[in-house]
This record gives sequence, structure tokens and C-alpha cells, in this order.
Amino acid sequence: MSMLKNFVGWIDERYPLTKVWNEHLAQYYAPKNFNFWYFFGSLAMLVLVMQIITGVWLAMNYKPSATEAFASVEYIMRDVDWGWLLRYMHSTGASAFFIVVYLHMFRGLMYGSYRKPRELLWIIGVIIYVAMMATAFFGYLLPWGQMSFWGAQVIVNLFAAVPFGIGEPLSEWVRGDFVISDATLNRFFAFHFLVPFILAALVFVHIIALHKVGSNNPDGIEIKKGPKGNRWSETAPADGVPFHPYYTVKDIVGIGVFLFLFAAVIFFAPEMGGYFLEPPNFEPANPLKTPEHIAPVWYFTPFYAMLRAVPPMFGSQFPGVIVMFAAILVLFFLPWLDRSPVKSIRYKGKQSKIWLGIFAVTFIVLGWLGTQPATEMYTWFARLFTLVYFLFFFLMPIYTRMEDTKPVPERLTK
Amino acid sequence: MKKLLYVLFMLVPVSVLAAGGGNVHLDSADIDLDDQASLQRGAKYFANYCLNCHSAKYMRYQSMTALGLTEDQIRENLMFPGDKVGELMTIAMSTEDGEKWFGAPPPDLTLVSRLRGEDWIYTYLRSFYEDESRPFGVNNVVFPSVGMPHVLWELQGTQRAVWEETEGADGKPHKELKGLELAEPGTMSPEEYDQMARDLTTYLSWLGEPMQQERKRLGIWVLLFLVVFTAIAYLLKKEYFKDIH
Repeated sequence: MSMLKNFVGWIDERYPLTKVWNEHLAQYYAPKNFNFWYFFGSLAMLVLVMQIITGVWLAMNYKPSATEAFASVEYIMRDVDWGWLLRYMHSTGASAFFIVVYLHMFRGLMYGSYRKPRELLWIIGVIIYVAMMATAFFGYLLPWGQMSFWGAQVIVNLFAAVPFGIGEPLSEWVRGDFVISDATLNRFFAFHFLVPFILAALVFVHIIALHKVGSNNPDGIEIKKGPKGNRWSETAPADGVPFHPYYTVKDIVGIGVFLFLFAAVIFFAPEMGGYFLEPPNFEPANPLKTPEHIAPVWYFTPFYAMLRAVPPMFGSQFPGVIVMFAAILVLFFLPWLDRSPVKSIRYKGKQSKIWLGIFAVTFIVLGWLGTQPATEMYTWFARLFTLVYFLFFFLMPIYTRMEDTKPVPERLTK
Repeated sequence: MKKLLYVLFMLVPVSVLAAGGGNVHLDSADIDLDDQASLQRGAKYFANYCLNCHSAKYMRYQSMTALGLTEDQIRENLMFPGDKVGELMTIAMSTEDGEKWFGAPPPDLTLVSRLRGEDWIYTYLRSFYEDESRPFGVNNVVFPSVGMPHVLWELQGTQRAVWEETEGADGKPHKELKGLELAEPGTMSPEEYDQMARDLTTYLSWLGEPMQQERKRLGIWVLLFLVVFTAIAYLLKKEYFKDIH
């Protein structure tokens, strides 16, 4: 034991090992009342690490070439030892990543985790979300199946909708060709490998920002402003518990439950009814054969539904593209749209609760509409729900100020 | 409300996406991937009837040892002479020739079960009918204007379509397919032919994802481990949190 102490001492004189450990784990005081919704941050990190590891190992046998990519994926599935497991972990991991991040973001919406002093923390989070979407988009081309090809074709063509003669050259610049081709696949592979490491760096920044301001909690009470002194420290918030060991042991339970569900999909339903692996993607990319129905993977479909909902104006799809990007952009402004005197949904008024419920349903309905063919009726539904999506944000300064809120207690509740 | 929202979120990916191909009724293939005899018969039929025009080019002959066959049996019964057992199941026909002869090159069948589903394959194999307007004199219910001739006609015999004239919503008469009837019996009885179609479907399902049975067997143990792991983790968490109020 003393040898270990000497060793740690030797390190500490040269690198702040114990200091970092204490600041971020053993003496980082988190509110003691975290509930179910607080599992998803650590789960998102777990999935990111899993995606990077399985991704690197897949890259050892994958060939980013238009003539070989599809066959190399099947080579991984059939001839590489445990290749099928790596591949299913990675393909299921992509969807799992979005599920846990959407739940993580919804947690933020519920408990006002984006409010002062956490505005920057929220913004970094939204940047992470954008980087995630970019990574997923690049990665989806790599199996070089029909959906990979035509999905990428549709998305890259969005850039072509930019007016003033910029669109066409821009989309060619993105593709590196006039159509999605070998050149596109090569660059998408390069980016798909690169962006996750940027993502990891952003997650690091996200956590540094979190530990600067401290974690929010289901009550939306600042424990740092409350009484001081707990069993571990006289200066720490009374309602805080050290992250390690309390939330490390708790997160392990969350990880166990998550891995159970994750493994259930990998081993028993890796295609997840055509949502995680789409059947048309089992056919190699064919530039001459357009599939009957092109739909992006489920995690993009809410935005795809919004894109299709906007009718072309002046013969251009550009307005739809603007609406789609605005749907993501508006998230950056959320900290300043919420004018409620309280943070958590627990103490907000009825209107905030109803709007948040409507917003969650809207996002799910838009996601479903994005998977369906755009019939006239569905397009009108998509228009309605797109409007509701934006109203949730644009009306927020009004309804959060108008409603009656409940008094916020001094100390955390259960 | 929180609970309700959570349930709604979780429901999103669970509903089933239609596998495409319109709204034609598909018969249930009812295959058993643990039936080794069926898989071996399917492998034989595939090599004899399919592998001349359709490749299975992502798969190696050798992999069929998983079906309980020895490499010698594979070499003697399921391969073209001169091919090596470690090679991929390719064909000699070029894409250009395929296009010239059939209108479209016969697709590779390695992943057809994952692309279209087992029920589709089973129904397809049993749904050829006489149609003079087609180059090979046959059409297919689940794949209209199919380019492929009915390779198995000697076994199944020939089927005739039974049409029914109905008045459509637009007031004009519509021809609606009622079903197929056997016009001329083949060398197999309908039951024998259905079993053959099932054997081929079983084999193609295996071909699409050869590790699928292994995956499920392993999955049980993984899930059991995770239950034990989570239970212990939960007890540990409870122990730590018992004095946090």
C-alpha cells in the first residue's frame, strides 16, 4: 500500500492526478436526488466509447471503395472472427446513441438544465448533437447499400437547393463528383473516422463546463446556493453527495439495464424491424435504380418530415432546407427563450407542462411521418406538426412568463 | 405524464416497417433453421437449380460445413468441378449476358432473405403462372413482370391464374387475381413442392445470415449474465444509498 502511495505521490508531483480525481469524482458534489432521467449522460459516454472501439476494429477490415465496400461488410459479417458482433454492436450503437441522447436532451428540457448558469453547457451539448448527426450521416454511406447511396444522394442534394448559383457547385464540392461516387465514399470514411474524436473532445469540454457550474437536479434548485456542510466536507453543499462512489455505483446499475436492452437488440433483433438496419440496404448501391421509397434512418426522420412539409417556393426546395436547419438552430437559443422564474417542470405552471408534452409527442409524430411516403394527408400532418414544433419555442417567452408557478422549496425534495 | 412520455419514446423503434413490395399477401414460410436435413436439401436444390444463374458471391462453399457437411461432400455435390472449397460462390455468367438473356442480370442471392424476407421467397417460389405476354411464358404474383423463367416447372407443373372481373371504384371493370390453380401437374405433388420451396427458403435464410442461430444461442447467456450483473450492482447501489436521505 505504501508503495502505491509513493507511486501516486511521485505522479502527483509531476501531474495533478489526485487533484483531478478529487475535483471531478471523489469531491465533485452532485445533488443527492438524481432520478431515472440522470442515467443518460453517462450512458451516452458509454455508447460513444463503444462506437469508437468497435468502429476502429471494423475499419481494420472495411474497404472504403465503391467496388469493395459492400462486399467487405459481408466479409466482416461472415469471415472475420466475431466480426458480426462488432458490426451489430456498431449499427445498434448508432441508434442507441441517439435514443440516449434524445432522452438526455429531454431531461434538460424538463428540469430547465439549460437555464443560467448552464447556458454554455447546453450550447456545447447542442454542438455535440450536431457533430453526432454529422458522424451518423457520414457513417451511413459506408455499407454502400441502396439506402446508403440514395439517402446520401437526397441529403447532399439539399445543398444544391441553395440559391444564387451557389448550390450546384457546393453540392459537387461536398460529393467530390457529380453524383455520389467512390470519391464521396472515400471522404465520408475519412470524416466518419475523424469526427468521433472531435466529438470525444467536445464531450470533455461539456463535462468541464458541467463541473464548473455543477449539476442541475429534478427540483431545479442550485445546491451551491443552499446551506453548506455535509458529512464529507464542511464547505460542500449540504444537499450534495460525492459523485464517486455514490453516482458511480448508481450509474453502473443504469449501465446494466441499458446493456441488457442493448444486448437484446444485438442478439435477437439486430435489424430492429427494419429501423436500425433497413432491408433495402442489403442490396448493393445501384446508381441506376432508385428505390421506391427513400427514408433516412429513424433518428433523422423528424427533420426529414419537416423538410418535406415545406412546399417548394419560387421553384426551389430551399425554404424546406432552411426550416430543417432552423429546427436544430432554434435549440441554441433555448436558454433565452425560457423566461420562467423557476427551472424545473415540477414548479412550472400548467401551460409549460402541456407544451412540453405536446412537444414530445410532436417530435415522435414527425419522426414517424418521416418514415412514411409523403401522401397529401401526411404532408398536411407534417405541416401542422412542424408549426407546433416551432411554436413550442417561439411562444415559450410568453407562456413561461404568463403562467402561475409553484413556490420552489429551499432544499431538495425526493 | 413522465411515465407516459417515456413509454411513447420507447415505442418509436418497435413498430414494424413494411418490407416493401406492395400489399400482396405472403404465405408464411414457417421455416426451422435448426432443421439440418432441410438446410442440406436446400443447399442441394440451390446448387442444382439456382447457382447457375444466381451467385452467392459473399459466401464461401466452405461455410456449408456449418450445415453438417464435410468438405468432401461439399466438393462432390455442391460445387462446379475445378472450384476450390475456400472460394466464394460465384458464377460464370457475366452481368452483360444476364441482361441480354433475361432483361435484367439475375441478382446475387446471398442477402435476398434479408432484403425481401423469408415469406416473400417462399411465396415467390410458389407463385409462377402462365402468361403468354412474357418472354418465358410465365409471370409471378409477388414479382410482376419477372425476368426469370420458372426453373422448377418440371417439379411443380404449371399454374394458371384465376381472374375475377369486378367493378372498380371508377366504374370500369377491373381484373383481379383470385388465385392460382394447377394446370398441369409436375413430378412432385403440391405438398412435396411446398416442402422443397420451404427447404430452399430455409437455406436462403441461413445464407443471408449464417451466424443467426449462434447469435441467439449466445444471446441467452449474455442476457443471463447481465441480469446477474445488474442485480449485484443494484444491491451495491442500495447499500451505498441506504444512509442518503
